[in-house]
Amino acid sequence: MNNGRNGTGANGLTASSCNVAPVPQAEIAAICDRFGNDKHRMLDILYDVQDRYRSIAPATMDAIASQTDLTRIEVEGVASFYSFFSLTPKGRVTIRLCDDIVDRFCGLKDVVAAFEEVLGIKVGDTSADGAFSLETTPCIGMCDQAPAAMVNNVMLTSLTPETARAAAEALMAGQSPESLVSDRFNELSPHERAVRMVENNVRHAGAVLLGPVPEEAGLNNAVGMRPSQIINAVEESGLRGCGGAGFTTGRKWRFAASEKLDRHFVICNADEGEPGTFKDRVLLTERPHLLIEGMTIAARAVGAREGILYLRGEYVYLRELLETVLEERRRRGLLGKEILGVKGFEFDIRLQLGAGAYICGEEGALISSCEGLPGEPKTRPPFPVSRGYLGYPTVVNNVETFCHAARILGQGAKWFHAMGTEGSHGTKLFSVCGDCLNPGIYELPYGHTVWELLEMVGGADAAAVQVGGPSGTMIGRDSFHRKLTFDDLATGGAIIIFNGQRNILEIVEYYMSFFVHESCGYCTPCRVGNVFLQKAIQKFQKGLANPEDIDYLKDLSGTIIETSRCGLGMTSPNPILSTLKNFPLVYAAVSKPSKDGIRDTFDIQSAIDGARKIAKRRSYIFDKDFTQ
Amino acid sequence: MSGTEKETGFTFTIDGVEIKAHAGQTVMEAADAAGVYIPRLCDHEGLRHQGSCRVCTVKAGGRSVAACTQPAAPGQAVENETPHLTKMRRDLVEMLFHEGNHLCPICEASGNCELQAMAYRLDMTEATKFPYLEPCRALDASHPDIALDTNRCISCGRCIRASQDVDGKGVFGYVGRGIHRRVAVNGENLADTDAQVSDHAMSSEVCPVGCIIRKRVGFAVPIGEREFDKGLIGHEIEEKRK
Repeated sequence: MNNGRNGTGANGLTASSCNVAPVPQAEIAAICDRFGNDKHRMLDILYDVQDRYRSIAPATMDAIASQTDLTRIEVEGVASFYSFFSLTPKGRVTIRLCDDIVDRFCGLKDVVAAFEEVLGIKVGDTSADGAFSLETTPCIGMCDQAPAAMVNNVMLTSLTPETARAAAEALMAGQSPESLVSDRFNELSPHERAVRMVENNVRHAGAVLLGPVPEEAGLNNAVGMRPSQIINAVEESGLRGCGGAGFTTGRKWRFAASEKLDRHFVICNADEGEPGTFKDRVLLTERPHLLIEGMTIAARAVGAREGILYLRGEYVYLRELLETVLEERRRRGLLGKEILGVKGFEFDIRLQLGAGAYICGEEGALISSCEGLPGEPKTRPPFPVSRGYLGYPTVVNNVETFCHAARILGQGAKWFHAMGTEGSHGTKLFSVCGDCLNPGIYELPYGHTVWELLEMVGGADAAAVQVGGPSGTMIGRDSFHRKLTFDDLATGGAIIIFNGQRNILEIVEYYMSFFVHESCGYCTPCRVGNVFLQKAIQKFQKGLANPEDIDYLKDLSGTIIETSRCGLGMTSPNPILSTLKNFPLVYAAVSKPSKDGIRDTFDIQSAIDGARKIAKRRSYIFDKDFTQ
Repeated sequence: MSGTEKETGFTFTIDGVEIKAHAGQTVMEAADAAGVYIPRLCDHEGLRHQGSCRVCTVKAGGRSVAACTQPAAPGQAVENETPHLTKMRRDLVEMLFHEGNHLCPICEASGNCELQAMAYRLDMTEATKFPYLEPCRALDASHPDIALDTNRCISCGRCIRASQDVDGKGVFGYVGRGIHRRVAVNGENLADTDAQVSDHAMSSEVCPVGCIIRKRVGFAVPIGEREFDKGLIGHEIEEKRK
């Protein structure tokens, strides 16, 4: 049965690669033309080419290169960097199943099996008739309703084997992905579409963001203020960046405002890719006006006329909603020339869709991506506030940060400053998922303990909590008294709860595989070192580790943290280091000194696996999957 | 110009040695000029700084930074050849060895290879602790005068910058992401590009390892008389100070 299916797949691939159509130069030229043949719009161009031809083939890249005045290798560099672009043909419908650890713990395996069975293809394959591709992808920001999947631009959530089977059967029967959401999809408003696909799951609305928000109060006040007064207000409020790093927002604006160049940019980082983080998804759905209001205020503060909203590719289902909001604001005179009738106050925003790269959440990499380049961090200094997008001073802030800024201008810095704790002012959105009764969004002032949060969410029997996602910290019950603040347990919002049934090493191995997948590969320690860390953890999982391997993990982690070029490599060893610190027994229990004192770095069974397959000498004992 | 440089001149120290510098200079540029060698692989004289191999990691103001991209700052105390930094650098060089397929005894570049020479300089004399990744990489012998053995490529990107900035061509570029990121050519294979053996990118000084091979000139200099048989890598910079 298996063999037969694989055979068809292979035949189909050969057939499709034989009849490669000549590249329609004129069509490619028309696509590039729509974006002004601008190399900085490479992601948009590649998206359109891929939508049209199901792949970005080498000959297509030649055509794009000549239109945008680049070399083909430069186009290929971009196309091959992002997960959502493919150089080989993909199905007309691409199903991307979210393969986060939370999805795995919520029954992803059976959902995958349902899709595979109905579609007749395995994960990683495209059906012979070119109808479907089935893939997995890291966290798509739906951990509160896992397992989830993207079907082209449509989001499916809270999947069960039954609903997955029904969806796959409907697609097989020729229904569109949109019809899986509603048979009246076309009649629904963008907001209705979004909330039909994805639950907001707002469990606790706080005073700043998710409670009642007066319309444009911040912007109305800001137009009556000088830029320096706006910056002072934001600085006095104590607002710090909500994406994870926690840089003082007012200072960032002040640096950018002090640069005397003729162009400034304001960029919103809506690329929340940290596994377990989905707070910005809810703000983008429910508070898009507040976000754009915040960006507009920032633009006035730093003197920017141009802005970019960088939306992660996984949130493509929100694009239409956001485009509608931008259009509405232009109509109402809240974007464009003479905003609110104020002479010289000019600002507009373009939406840039990402294409599946966690690294683009890093400030410099995000700017690179906006410039149509591979999402590689930039050399610092210079910092983006002085030399950012296209070399101009650029403010990059998180979605939540801009929303806070708008509220601060509306209600006053003192109001905001009074909430939270010293050094961590205001409220914070926590996206809670994993083993708890009420996963979802909690807007709380800074300063709650992990215990208090766990009681709120119905997760009091947690054995471990991952605070801040994989790049954050994993803590055990003896640390649940710690506080959610910048100075104690900092987080961009992710709170992932694991009960006592979960295997810590499985979680750590998953997180390392995530970092290996998402490292941009620019610098040696992050590109290579993370692979070594993952392999070392696998050794522990297999029971092949010695006590010396614990020192090896710490030592290698130290090198990666100290020599990496950006925050990804500086935090990627955290899953290992924080579990070594907080769950040392997990490692001690599975590592044992070898009898002969030799460190077992060589796994003979996997080393001879290839030869064994060629010789057709299979082992009943050692073969991982004897059916192959 | 030089007048302005003089005015903005300042000093800082590397391992206690006073170094003269001027505004706009990187730590490495100032060190090179002063005859202090900071180990490096991806950086090369005459090419844009990239800061990707991280072998030039130094401590400046308590932070670890890449000397090739870090601007020199007045009065700063930079640490270079400390046991701790040498260990970090050795780890990085070992990573590069384990990432590719490096078989020094059969490599044409042996003795001229900067990776090999760096390993000697950093005392990589014991058995390494990392696993070998043993990637499957292709050999490109399509070009009449040049062969590419990417098994030896360390992704330093010197050939990319040399081709773009010096030759004005763009024969090479990076493709892929993460551990799959690699140097590739602008076309199906090297013969498909406008590469010429006279390009700066193809010269023996640009590729630090034995990845870019000029056909018919192999082993012109016998082993034992090659560049790093004469002295440790970096000796020509250090000799400036003697």
